[in-house]
Amino acid sequence: MSIDLRAPAAGAPASPPPAGAPASPVVAPARGRSLLRGWLPPLAVLALVLAGWYAVAYLVLEPRLQFLLPPPHAVLTDGFFEPQVLERMGEAVARTVQVAATGLAIAIVLGTAWAVAMSQARWVERSLFPYAVVLQTIPILALVPLIGFWFGFGFTSRVIVCVLISLFPIVANTLFGLQSVDRSHHDLFTLHGVGRWTRLVKLQLPAALPAVFAGLRIAAGLSVIGAIVGDLFFKQGEPGIGILIDNYRARLQSPELFASIIAASLIGVVVFLLFGWLGRRVVGAWYDESRRGA
Amino acid sequence: MSVTSAPSSRAATSAAPPPPPSGPAPAAAPCLRFRGLAKTFPDGTTALQGVDLDVAPGDFVTVVGPSGCGKSTLLRIASGLERPSAGEAQVSAEQIGYVFQDATLLPWRTVARNVELLAELHHRPRAETRRAAAEAIELVGLAGHEQKLPGALSGGMRMRASLARSLVLEPQLFLFDEPFGALDEITRERLGDELLRLHAAKGFGALFITHSVTEAVYLSTRVLVMSGRPGRIVTAVDVPFGADRDPELRFTPEFAALCGRVSAALREGHS
Repeated sequence: MSIDLRAPAAGAPASPPPAGAPASPVVAPARGRSLLRGWLPPLAVLALVLAGWYAVAYLVLEPRLQFLLPPPHAVLTDGFFEPQVLERMGEAVARTVQVAATGLAIAIVLGTAWAVAMSQARWVERSLFPYAVVLQTIPILALVPLIGFWFGFGFTSRVIVCVLISLFPIVANTLFGLQSVDRSHHDLFTLHGVGRWTRLVKLQLPAALPAVFAGLRIAAGLSVIGAIVGDLFFKQGEPGIGILIDNYRARLQSPELFASIIAASLIGVVVFLLFGWLGRRVVGAWYDESRRGA
Repeated sequence: MSVTSAPSSRAATSAAPPPPPSGPAPAAAPCLRFRGLAKTFPDGTTALQGVDLDVAPGDFVTVVGPSGCGKSTLLRIASGLERPSAGEAQVSAEQIGYVFQDATLLPWRTVARNVELLAELHHRPRAETRRAAAEAIELVGLAGHEQKLPGALSGGMRMRASLARSLVLEPQLFLFDEPFGALDEITRERLGDELLRLHAAKGFGALFITHSVTEAVYLSTRVLVMSGRPGRIVTAVDVPFGADRDPELRFTPEFAALCGRVSAALREGHS
């Protein structure tokens, strides 16, 4: 008895290829086509945006006001292709990434511990969950001056901002994941007399991973925002991309300003993709299959 | 021809060669024994009332009854997941196998690792666990699928894996909570045949819960019919067929007559 549950290729062609030998040669070009179909619409939108950008820069703005919106090629030539600017941006991005990554790492450790503690007993959850919600509801920005007041304007304060801003999604998602275990799975473990630790390690944590990674993806993006916010507020110490953006704004160096904004956005995009990829690597295989199987 | 059988244990399994561990029929000490069992939940619903039940090694006892009559509660009490409100529940089995309604495999573990799980939880030596798991996988007909994830298996194969997982611990008592309920009929009958084969080979005591009258009669040495809530056992029907049952058995008049009796008892208990 064999069962054929071959995964349909991503974006399967409209007419399924006949089972057997000819399957792969048929699928290959179809996959290329669907890839094109996937990339074409966003690229078309990008072209439209660039066209609009040029139109505003050359047709709407008078030349003396063009600094408000430099044309895209100027952003490239004066920003990304200018070695000095590029070097400064590189350093700033590296510092921002360092702050965000440190903050995220601390938030992961704290958030997971917090969620695990809450998953172990109702009374712990009742005592601690309100504070997780409070953490989410207080505007972190309002706390930033206080953090600077207490911890100075350096690395530590920036990291604290990142931790505060990225903690909630980790706590909430991890707790949700830990509690998502089926009752029958719990029964199975209860029947065999396992302790809390074994249940946590062999059942709850693995079951929580999909939710954990969903939370991580959000938290990682928030941590980058936290690092930039810290930069903008503290304005001192080692400059990250936030300070660079602020400096270029103050000096009206608009191509450089746009280039650093794009660099900051790229950090966010890369972090998002990285954690998406990591999540698929860690849980993708079983999560997708169990979804399909269900 | 109505032979209303009292809850005397095992009447007519002697026709076939009895499974190894059981001696002369009446002498075998039950591995599960309920006397006057009752269960009332904190919200006041009475799930079970005055249930007497014995499962001896080699017995295959099936409980049929309408939905919500407390059949599952019976198993939860037998396994120790739930305590009875009154009466006594004695279990004299070192290991209990519990097969749930769904396969309850861990989706992140391969079939092999799932089958090893319980032995792992009992801290059995690694090498022994591996060997026992491989044997169990072979026994349930999943050889060749060891490295697959549960999500890539059909419902029937998942149930086989679930069965193998319990077999690794060599339980003396097996509890089945409508294990084939979600499967199509062909898979269901096939798994039923293989379960019979396993039962004959291993000689464990089995308490099996189902909705299906034919499944109950086909698998069992004794069928117990439960009434609607609160669940009581209204009729016990001994099944005289031997251990080597054939799918064709389902089409014999004797089989139909037994099914008729069980169905009639079900209807009576339900109204």
